[in-house]
Amino acid sequence: MSHPSAADSGPPAPDYLTPPAPRRNFLAQFAAVVIGGVAGLIPMAVGLATFINPLRKSVKAKLQPSGSDAQGFYKVAPLDSLSATPQAFKIIADRKDAWNTFPKDAIGSVYLSRVGENEVRAFNVTCPHAGCAVDWRAAKKAYHCPCHNSSFEADGTRDPKSPSARDLDSLEVKIENGEVLVKYQDFKTGEKEKHPA
Amino acid sequence: MNSLLDWLDHRTGYKTLMHEALYERVPGGARWRYVWGSTLVFTFSVQLITGLFLWMGYSPSSQTAWESVYFIQHDMLLGWVLRGIHHFTAQAMVVLLVLHLLQVIIDGAYKAPREVNFWLGLILMKIVLGLSLTGYLLPWDQKGYWATKVATNIAGITPVIGEQVQALAVGGPSYGHHTLTRFFALHAGLLPGLLIAFLGLHIYVFRRHGLTVPDPIHKPDTTFWPDQVLKDGIACLAVLATVLLLVFMHGFGPHGGAELGAPADATENYSAARPEWYFLFLFQGLKYFPGESEIIGAMVIPGIIVGILALMPFIGRWQLGHRFNVAFIFGIMLGILVLTGLAIREDRANADYRWAVADAEQKAERAKELAELKGIGPAGAVQLLREDPKTRGTALFAAKCASCHRYDGHDGTGKVSSEAATASDLATFGTREWIHGILTDPAGPKNFGATKNLAEIGERFTKGEMAQWVEESVTSKKVTEDELESLIEFLVSLSEHTQRGPIDEAKVANGQKLFAEGKDGVTACYDCHAMKIDKDPDGLFADPSAQIATGAPDLTGYGSTAWLREFIGDPGSKKFYSSHNAMPGFGDRLTDRELGLIVDFLLHNWPEKPLQGTK
Repeated sequence: MSHPSAADSGPPAPDYLTPPAPRRNFLAQFAAVVIGGVAGLIPMAVGLATFINPLRKSVKAKLQPSGSDAQGFYKVAPLDSLSATPQAFKIIADRKDAWNTFPKDAIGSVYLSRVGENEVRAFNVTCPHAGCAVDWRAAKKAYHCPCHNSSFEADGTRDPKSPSARDLDSLEVKIENGEVLVKYQDFKTGEKEKHPA
Repeated sequence: MNSLLDWLDHRTGYKTLMHEALYERVPGGARWRYVWGSTLVFTFSVQLITGLFLWMGYSPSSQTAWESVYFIQHDMLLGWVLRGIHHFTAQAMVVLLVLHLLQVIIDGAYKAPREVNFWLGLILMKIVLGLSLTGYLLPWDQKGYWATKVATNIAGITPVIGEQVQALAVGGPSYGHHTLTRFFALHAGLLPGLLIAFLGLHIYVFRRHGLTVPDPIHKPDTTFWPDQVLKDGIACLAVLATVLLLVFMHGFGPHGGAELGAPADATENYSAARPEWYFLFLFQGLKYFPGESEIIGAMVIPGIIVGILALMPFIGRWQLGHRFNVAFIFGIMLGILVLTGLAIREDRANADYRWAVADAEQKAERAKELAELKGIGPAGAVQLLREDPKTRGTALFAAKCASCHRYDGHDGTGKVSSEAATASDLATFGTREWIHGILTDPAGPKNFGATKNLAEIGERFTKGEMAQWVEESVTSKKVTEDELESLIEFLVSLSEHTQRGPIDEAKVANGQKLFAEGKDGVTACYDCHAMKIDKDPDGLFADPSAQIATGAPDLTGYGSTAWLREFIGDPGSKKFYSSHNAMPGFGDRLTDRELGLIVDFLLHNWPEKPLQGTK
């Protein structure tokens, strides 16, 4: 590469062994690193900002489903349609997913069972262990998780041998004009205590 | 530390590699003229980074592409900056590419032994242009949709295989999901992959032959690091600063950065369709090739130009060959400049185009406003405008009503017809102003004035029974100002116009009574016009109306959705204008949805941001 010109007949031998010109221009090196770094980091930083968007509180609030009353209760089913045997019901609300709004769509499921004249028991179908949906096994009168075999009695109490660290997540219920309303919430899985997700 | 690095070097040889990469000889010293290649590598890296993050938010389908881009732009943290950088860096890349090519040709860097690298560069240029073409469609807005359609249609005129090429590009018989998935795979997968591969070759071959140095004794020799790197870095930072300036110049916040038009709609003409500015010369060129000769402008001439570019290394061997090459590239650049200038000038002089651009901007704003106000349903954002009375209702009014009616003198969309109107101006329909007009001067310009232009029954509103009543009762001042206001208040209380304002119930009660019974010397409205009201404890309208005048419309619910629907459906029915009617019934000319949109348009019934929120 000592005589670069258009008239070269062939590639010159690579000249790696000649030491580079003894330039110890620290300032140039420093400036090159800083300037090159800034130019490269700005697009990266902007990209990362969009990447962490899901961590913003305002995003979570915006994507809350709407359709509950002021206390967060959703109308689920008429009281008369319930029996002592747990039945699964869908929670219907205006579901939001990023840019979309799905009016009157299922946002989750609950098990409801009538345990008294005006008393209803409600569970989130999600297993508190790892988040699979539990089944009601009528023969055993117990909830069973198909993933890791957690088992819960009809009142939600965990079978001591279950991998789940806590009982099935019960939900607040109120009855208004013969309709059952449930305060539907998801909870963090895998913990001993019940914390809203 | 050193022993660890030695261990690593022993096993990987990284030190030689680093040495080779960093200490390339720069004969004649570092120079600004060598920065162009590096800025291209830099811009491509920026595109890779920003593109990857955009990919995380993008969803390629005809119901989610615009929507996800809208979400990136409006809801994600700095999403508008990310999109803006990607958008304007793409344009910067095209500019830098041209500068790089010009320099290579002027310096004769295409000559032996660098022919292959010159060709590799031409391939890279094609790939970059392919990236901008495919990227233009991805937001799935009207602009990208219609402009890209032209490009794929041109591909369709390729001899013999055109139809197949087009179907393969579009992914089906028409634009849809698979157009987007294919374009996205090309844009984010195949083309960047090819670009990386060819860029690798390009740099490898470049290093093999070294820089093309115009004067090696310019300054003492140096090495790539750090002297040239510093110059390259400054140039890259300048490019980035320019890009950021462009991003922020278009506004700070989601309304800034890259443009996002209204969602693509195959059923909505888009007269503002233009390709990205650097393709304008091709667009303009097509105008000069009439009929079947399109292929000459679209393929033959561009093909010959690229062919000559590719042959430059051989042409350059002849005496004067290099001069020809330089003259050729400048000729081409001049041609491109002239064509681009002509395209811009023609558009500026074209009122229809300017109107289309303004209309497109309005629709884009409206689509975003509706997305924010109503949210985007499962069917996608295209439904927002289709179901919007303010947009679609206006267009329907222009198409179906405005050949006779006017809306504040125009056709609803702002276009003024050269032909005379023959029916009412409906801009104020359903408001106090409208009713006041009818009760004081029914043939005024803001009411039924234009009906005079009708040949046969043009005197209905100037000399008909209503006009006589106005003359005898209102013009003569027999009806006092208070009474007139009450009458107006009663009638406007029936209207469902969203801007009618609060209602004064006391006046309504007086108005009702006057409407039903009239007064000494003033004929009651009810004598001619039928009327029913929800609560009528005094039995004002218990007896049926005498309906003594022909064509006095039933005013039950006048200005309500139901009244308008029924009236527009069959205005000539006995209930409305009867034999005095001049308007065709639209019951079977409009779908129920279209009728609803026109009615909502007339009643101003659409969601809108509160005034302080708008620009």
